[in-house]
Amino acid sequence: MTSLLPVAFDGIVYASWLFLMASGLTLVYGVMRILNVAHGSLYALGAYAGASLAGAWLAAQWPAVGSYAMLLVAAVLVGLVMGPLLERGLLRWMYGRDEVVLLLVTYAVFLILEDAVKLIWGVNSPMATELYAMPGNFELGGLAQPYYNLLLIAAAIVTGAALAWSIHRTRAGKLLLAVIHDREISAAMGIDVDRVFLVTFSVGATIAALGGALSAPTIALSLGIGVEAIVLSFAVVVVGGLGSLGGAALGALLVGLVRSATVRYWPEAELFAIYAVMALVLIVRPKGLFAAQEARKI
Amino acid sequence: MRRASALAAVAALALGALAVAWAAPQWLVFLFSLALAKGVVVLGLLLLMRTGLVSFGQGLYFGLGAYAAALLGEWGGLEDSALMLVAGTLVAGLVAAVLGVLLARYRDIFFAMLSLAFSMIFYGLLVKSAALHSTDGFNLHAKTFAGLALAAGTERRVALGAGVVAVVAAAFLLHRLLASHWGRVSAAIRDNELRVDYLGASVYRVVYANYVIAGALAGLGGALAALAVGHVDPDTTNWTTSGEFVFIAVLGGIGNVLAPFVAATVFQGLGTLAGQYAPNVWQMSLGIAMLAIIMFLPAGLWSLGRRWRSPP
Repeated sequence: MTSLLPVAFDGIVYASWLFLMASGLTLVYGVMRILNVAHGSLYALGAYAGASLAGAWLAAQWPAVGSYAMLLVAAVLVGLVMGPLLERGLLRWMYGRDEVVLLLVTYAVFLILEDAVKLIWGVNSPMATELYAMPGNFELGGLAQPYYNLLLIAAAIVTGAALAWSIHRTRAGKLLLAVIHDREISAAMGIDVDRVFLVTFSVGATIAALGGALSAPTIALSLGIGVEAIVLSFAVVVVGGLGSLGGAALGALLVGLVRSATVRYWPEAELFAIYAVMALVLIVRPKGLFAAQEARKI
Repeated sequence: MRRASALAAVAALALGALAVAWAAPQWLVFLFSLALAKGVVVLGLLLLMRTGLVSFGQGLYFGLGAYAAALLGEWGGLEDSALMLVAGTLVAGLVAAVLGVLLARYRDIFFAMLSLAFSMIFYGLLVKSAALHSTDGFNLHAKTFAGLALAAGTERRVALGAGVVAVVAAAFLLHRLLASHWGRVSAAIRDNELRVDYLGASVYRVVYANYVIAGALAGLGGALAALAVGHVDPDTTNWTTSGEFVFIAVLGGIGNVLAPFVAATVFQGLGTLAGQYAPNVWQMSLGIAMLAIIMFLPAGLWSLGRRWRSPP
């Protein structure tokens, strides 16, 4: 029993990270029908920007608490700059094309941003690992756990709750649901679909950057973290059902727990375990656990 | 008349490639071999795209082909380039026949990302596998071709020559396939799958068969590339490799079976130049070029030639 507790905790921490990634991805897909491969590079941008800002804050000897706020600032900055830039500057000219074409477009953006990260930060990555160690540790089942992990879990829960609340309990959320349900009729009823898209994409980008910024202290930043993030969060989103927020949460939890269990008991199989979960779910339910039924249109 | 001129063009191209294999300097042989290898992978991708499917995981079969060819020498002691090409094609085709059972049920981005997932599983397997030398990979060296001993320095030329013959045959067969009933049904699936279903054709069977063909072609490409480079490593199956194939397919367009080879040659040539003069912005240039093509030339480079032949 004592050994199960840390495994479960690790799983939940990992699930929080996955959820932060997957919720933005599934939101953007649900509303705009775009599977945003560039989500991974927004994550990487958030991570690099967060580490740089927090590092600069600490280097200036300002109160250390502020460095955590810097992570948030970095995420919002990346989201508010990159979101509108990509949506207004590029994606809006592509609406109406095939989903696969849009996938290629975001893939091209991903390639561009990967090199952009390399050009901006070079190969010497900024470090923010102090933020991970600074809050200290607590004991769980005989093992030390950093308090920072609790922050990650809290961030995931707050993000999920805020998204769910604003979608289901606010006027803007109702408009959003209308657009998801039928884009053309919504436009005919006077909903500004362009603006809904812009806001949705920017929110998605901000969440991706937030996931990156918050995980920056926990990992060694390197080129290629964006790919890992997009591939994993895609697995999560597919398990849950594309476009479903609850599905993303459940998928993240499932994948997170499976991963931490395999890391503990069968470390070689880490990568396969995640894809095995995905393949199993898809064999039983080809569109994921919570995907909405779609009418077959001739 | 058109048919005759097309045949003449193909014959000229094939003869040109064979001449390169025979007489060109080694670096050109190398460049052409890689272009040919990538072209034949994209040929398979073209068939899938004609069916309305984009695979982001052709690297899986490319890597399988490469490793099958290399392992034939490493484990089996059979260092024969003809056998290696056959083995690469067969192994990739067989794996595609198994995975296709599952993948042929998916469409659109589900298909794209699931195929990516499978290629990444294989990548993870290779990286973790000590028996296959992990990320270092290992060398292969073909000493014979179909039992005939090869003189030192001619191995790559012979592999390229054999590759040209195999690829021309494959492209011709695929061209016939696309023009046949089967090809029309494939295109119809892309346009409206449900109607094809109602009309009584088996969508699943067409998608499955096309997937297996694409896999086998990617395996052939992988074996060709392994013979050209003389080395295999897990990067052959990484997502970057799969992404390159998609890029080449978009670059060339899916209008004609020759388009992948033109695009692959352009890609390989530009890649060589970029590697020399601007290695740090290679991915960025790829991305920008891809966006430009999607926006301004949706049918790919091939449509340029058509515009040029018959001005509007």
